[in-house]
Amino acid sequence: MEKDIIIDLKDISVSFDGEPVLNNINLYIRDNEFITLLGPSGCGKTTTLRIIGGFLKPDTGRVIFEGKDITDLPPNKRQLNTVFQNYALFPHLTIAENIAFGLKIKKKSKEYIKDKIKYALKLVNLEGFENRMPQSLSGGQQQRIAIARAIVNEPKVLLLDEPLGALDLKMRQSMQYELIRLKNELGITFVYITHDQEEALTMSDTIVVMNKGNIQQIGTPEDIYNEPKNAFVADFIGESNIIDGIMLEDKLVEILGAKFPCVDTGFGRNKPVDVVIRPEDVDLVEPEKGIIKGVVTSLLFKGVHYEMDVLANGYEWLVHSTDMVPVGREVGIFVDPYNIQIMHKPISEDEEASSDEE
Amino acid sequence: MKSSRLRRLVAAPYLVWIVGFTILPLITIIYYAFTERGTNSFTFKNILAIRDPIHFNALVLSLWVAFLSTLICLLLAYPLSYILSKLKNGRGRFVVFLFVLPMWMNHILRTLALQNLLSNTGVINGILEFLRLPTLNIMNTPTAIIIGMVYTYLPFMILPIYNSIAKIDDGVIDAAYDLGASGFTVFRRLILPLSLPGIISGITMVFVPSISEFVIADMLGGSKTLLIGNVIEQEFTVGSNWNLGSGLSVVLMVFIVASMVIMQRYDGDGEGAALW
Repeated sequence: MEKDIIIDLKDISVSFDGEPVLNNINLYIRDNEFITLLGPSGCGKTTTLRIIGGFLKPDTGRVIFEGKDITDLPPNKRQLNTVFQNYALFPHLTIAENIAFGLKIKKKSKEYIKDKIKYALKLVNLEGFENRMPQSLSGGQQQRIAIARAIVNEPKVLLLDEPLGALDLKMRQSMQYELIRLKNELGITFVYITHDQEEALTMSDTIVVMNKGNIQQIGTPEDIYNEPKNAFVADFIGESNIIDGIMLEDKLVEILGAKFPCVDTGFGRNKPVDVVIRPEDVDLVEPEKGIIKGVVTSLLFKGVHYEMDVLANGYEWLVHSTDMVPVGREVGIFVDPYNIQIMHKPISEDEEASSDEE
Repeated sequence: MKSSRLRRLVAAPYLVWIVGFTILPLITIIYYAFTERGTNSFTFKNILAIRDPIHFNALVLSLWVAFLSTLICLLLAYPLSYILSKLKNGRGRFVVFLFVLPMWMNHILRTLALQNLLSNTGVINGILEFLRLPTLNIMNTPTAIIIGMVYTYLPFMILPIYNSIAKIDDGVIDAAYDLGASGFTVFRRLILPLSLPGIISGITMVFVPSISEFVIADMLGGSKTLLIGNVIEQEFTVGSNWNLGSGLSVVLMVFIVASMVIMQRYDGDGEGAALW
């Protein structure tokens, strides 16, 4: 086992009322990393976090923390703290009392607690809020207090359960930077939960994509975006064109009746595959210069780029480009071989769900 | 203009109600309380009549019985509400409903049933006799009155406490455990202060009606135990002395208002901050 692993989940399975929620999850978390569990609602990410936090006991499997088995330890005995989705501030206590809650339980001196409150409020940019009540704060402020309340206890790992879910877009973006700054200042491990793929890509060192209780892919944001392991990951992380294809031979795939050169090998001959092409990787060229011809059917200005639909050989291609092509214009479609991702077709939906890290 | 006239029209029945059934009776009671019987001249006699040992003892006994009944209701209702609030799938609501169910029966009928259970030749003593155990002799004692009060008013304690505990966000409790709190700390620092508003309204809803209760005292306390409610009732019915009855009512009202003011103070600033 690697030395810098702080949390190790081994063969974790959970089911509620006979419904499997987590299927044999194996995941390790490195010390001082920002790891994000990403997936749609019901994928098991919150359940995984509750198991790490100690609020839920897995049916099978062990939770290892710094080499020690903590599976049976209750949450109040674990050296980690959680920032809850709905903030969960104590409504009858002032901000200072909220932050002091964990420290009072640990019987810290009055001086120490006072210093810590000051330090924590400064860290989250809410100095002078000591005597306010939680209800008088905005959502973003409450969220920062919830973070302050957790970090004064100097946890080795901070668990964050969709902490920005209830905030508006602008506040969410500024809190993302805030969290990255905090993470760097504190030098502790963040385990972050979100269903927002952009948030995950922006903040994480490592992303764990989950679906239906299974881990689909673990990797850096770049890995996950550029080399999705299956159609689910490709579809969930950003927009993409997912097209049925036939792998004719190594480095050549047939899509919509046309032959596209690619760089993938080892799929065999004439095998049906899923082909994933990111919308920004579709190049619109002169009709004769493309691999297939199509017609622009819709055009939207999105700020940074134009979003176009191009109907070609019966498939509506999603295209992002900084160059505008008017609706009705005939174009050629070209894709650089490096930008074509080939994936095995799942035989059934179950297999799609369980094709996790091997 | 039209809407404001309509609004006034809609409000009129309530105004009539309040004037006719709250303000006028109150003025009448106060008028009788401060006038002499027959001559209608101004006097403090009816108010000061509380110093009469019979009246004074009845008042003290009423306060004591109400206090004990409230305390017993609280001790029974709190753990019950706490346990029920933890039950899943609305089972807690169902049990609360079962506790509230007897309230739908006539008050006098319920008390009559209790009389049957508690009386010296009643059901309970019958069973005890059959088992060759010593029989109870609690009929016509303050104990019987307290049993009757607790039986009658327990739902009024359970409902607000259950609601206030059930309202506490599970996330807040998780957060306390997460910060290292033990089960006892979670109870003392979170659940108890956050359910304080429920406790306060439960206490008010049991204590206030039980101070002036007289039906239960009549039927379970016999003629031996006089509560202030019985004294007032007798002045109005048997004694036909409305002035004295009104005077004692006003004294009782002062105690009721005072107890409500005290309760309000505890609930005043924010939810149960007073305990912290």
